[in-house]
Amino acid sequence: MTALLQGAALHRRYGRTPALRGVDMEVAEGEIVAVTGPSGCGKSTLLHCLAGLLKVDSGGVSYRGQDLGSLSEAARSRLRRTEFGVLFQFGQLVPELTAVENVALPLLLAGSRRRQARKVAGEWLDRFGVAELADKLPGAMSGGQQQRCATARSLVTEPRVLFADEPTGALDVLTGERVLSEIVHVARERSMAVVLVTHEPQIAAYADREIALRDGVVDPSGLGLRMPA
Amino acid sequence: MSTSHVLLGLLSGGARHGYELKRAHDDRLPQAKPLAFGQVYATLGRLERDGLVEQSGQDRDAGPDRTSYSLTGAGRTRLAEWLAAIESPAPYVTSTLFAKVMVSLLVAGEETTTGYLIAQREAHVARLRELTGIKTARGASAGDVVAADYAIAHLDADLRWLQTTLLRVAELNQEVNS
Repeated sequence: MTALLQGAALHRRYGRTPALRGVDMEVAEGEIVAVTGPSGCGKSTLLHCLAGLLKVDSGGVSYRGQDLGSLSEAARSRLRRTEFGVLFQFGQLVPELTAVENVALPLLLAGSRRRQARKVAGEWLDRFGVAELADKLPGAMSGGQQQRCATARSLVTEPRVLFADEPTGALDVLTGERVLSEIVHVARERSMAVVLVTHEPQIAAYADREIALRDGVVDPSGLGLRMPA
Repeated sequence: MSTSHVLLGLLSGGARHGYELKRAHDDRLPQAKPLAFGQVYATLGRLERDGLVEQSGQDRDAGPDRTSYSLTGAGRTRLAEWLAAIESPAPYVTSTLFAKVMVSLLVAGEETTTGYLIAQREAHVARLRELTGIKTARGASAGDVVAADYAIAHLDADLRWLQTTLLRVAELNQEVNS
């Protein structure tokens, strides 16, 4: 398989603290890859770097063979809007917008007409079982309902890669399962790749493959034991 | 799991013959080991001997003779007792893993044991992924999902144990081989 997304020798520090210390990883088209490891192992930093949300100190991220670091900020931003979808543990919906407006937002930013954007947004809300909340503000929804709207929003532009950081961490088991199953189905239907950050083995099991991190490097044992190179 | 109690339960809705019982068992308990016909008839024989079921008819319409069985009063009582009885919490799988780790440290040492734990984890993760696939498949029945949930929860517990044990291998090795 050719890599759709590739990170090579990624290094990133926060002040003096190293978060990534030379991570190599690849994601193929349509592949679901779980990034696992204990708290503070660098998995969220890795996701942010791969998604172009955070710059690496050294090493490089390429998407379809193009180095993200060589793109202008505008080009990188366009890539994030059209090719990438991002989903965090807490949905981060815009509090002043209704559910349908939140989900339609990425389409409007990408130039869709308002009516069409709302129609498509409504279909995605329906897919995640929250169509009846279309006109509600996030403040009037439960955490689980907000997360389902946020998931719909992350998929509405039909991205080629979804970056999901502990997407079900704040959800009850059954709601989390429903959200994850739906993400998997979308990935299979549309050959969308998914980078799924989680510390839970049960969540990682939704992925095709797992990359375990430990102290900012890939841990081939997956057991929190760094094997000698 | 007790096959005889499951058969008593399947008979609680009315008389059935052996073939129907086997099919009902395999339908209701997907992911469980399918029952062999021989096991169904042997179990029915024992239940009849113990007065828990009785023969209630012969059906000759479709091929060979088929004897139907139904629950007796004693059978209903036994079923109710079983359903109300609390099972002893028994982590069988982990105990095999545990024994293997201890023996491995004794006879093969720390490095081999670590290698075993890593390989075992990979097998567990692969099975976890397979079961998650069964659950996530479109059209999975509620029975499939609940059976997969049960197995997943146990594998998940094993995985946590494997992880912790790996961190303790050095300590354990010292204790076992001192």
